[in-house]
Amino acid sequence: MGEVIVVTSGKGGVGKTTTTANVGTGLAMLDKKVVLIDTDIGLRNLDVVMGLENRIVYNLVDVIEGTCRIRNALIKDKRYPNLYLLPSAQTRDKTSVTPEQMKKLADELRDEFDYILMDCPAGIEQGFKNAIAGADRALVVTTPEVSAVRDADRIIGLLEANEMTQTHLIVNRIRMDMVRRGDMMSSEDVCEILAVDLIGVVPDDENIVISTNQGEPLVGSESLAGRAYMNICKRIVGEEVPFMDLEEKAGFFEKLFGKRKRS
Amino acid sequence: MGFADFFKKKGTSSIAKDRLKLVLVSDRAGCSPEIMEQIKNDIIAVISKYIEIDLDGLDIKITQMDSETNNGTVPALFANIPIKDLKSSKK
Repeated sequence: MGEVIVVTSGKGGVGKTTTTANVGTGLAMLDKKVVLIDTDIGLRNLDVVMGLENRIVYNLVDVIEGTCRIRNALIKDKRYPNLYLLPSAQTRDKTSVTPEQMKKLADELRDEFDYILMDCPAGIEQGFKNAIAGADRALVVTTPEVSAVRDADRIIGLLEANEMTQTHLIVNRIRMDMVRRGDMMSSEDVCEILAVDLIGVVPDDENIVISTNQGEPLVGSESLAGRAYMNICKRIVGEEVPFMDLEEKAGFFEKLFGKRKRS
Repeated sequence: MGFADFFKKKGTSSIAKDRLKLVLVSDRAGCSPEIMEQIKNDIIAVISKYIEIDLDGLDIKITQMDSETNNGTVPALFANIPIKDLKSSKK
């Protein structure tokens, strides 16, 4: 019986789609059968991040409306045969789908997949309600900025109100150099404010931009972000993985120097 | 960690954290600035029946207070209402 996970944030641009692509791909690398659903109707993006934009025939709304069967709309990933994408519709809007229909769709996919990942649109309106409707657990993505954390708090409140039992936090785009000099909230700070359990910290890594340019998620690569995403995947499947030291790029002397400068 | 925390306070991250904590208290309480204004006006109306208060110095806000029962903090409605003159003393 598969698990439905919604990736949400409230604020736009904090990395929901990138997180969905990387966590989904990472879970597939761990030999899980995974389907990614882009629920952002009208603003389709997960397909380009996954590099599957040229293979779309049918979309989420086609499936909901019965124009095609689920299996006809699912796009098989280029690299992992156990990874699929259900793209969103680009020419429709959020009212084309109801939360009840989304829940039914998610439940139908449970039999065949280990993980069903919902990429939620920004905001707290219909699109958000659709995305969380059938979910068992939520990954809330935020960046260490006041606007993103405030919106994440609102989202966490709404998830609780909708009886979401498992909510975990991903702090994205953290810059350890700025945290070290006290100009960016740390993942601990954000976690303390939001009072939810942390499942991952992803550093701000230029490799993310490079991988998105190519349409190839970087999870599992040697880059810091690639390893951070793989750790999240392992934690999702139940492995205990210690939080990695994101500062290891800075050498011993650099750290020493950094501390000296402040004292 | 305490040593690092000491230096952290100098940066802008602690400002961000403090501002966030305050804004989230009113967000979570579902108390919009409009509702706060209404509460303020109602409180003024009630207290003014008995006491003359300084309306300019009046400050009402939702904030975090140390809980009396445990070590955490609880949201609290904080009202600072300076008294101009007790009406009874005028008589």
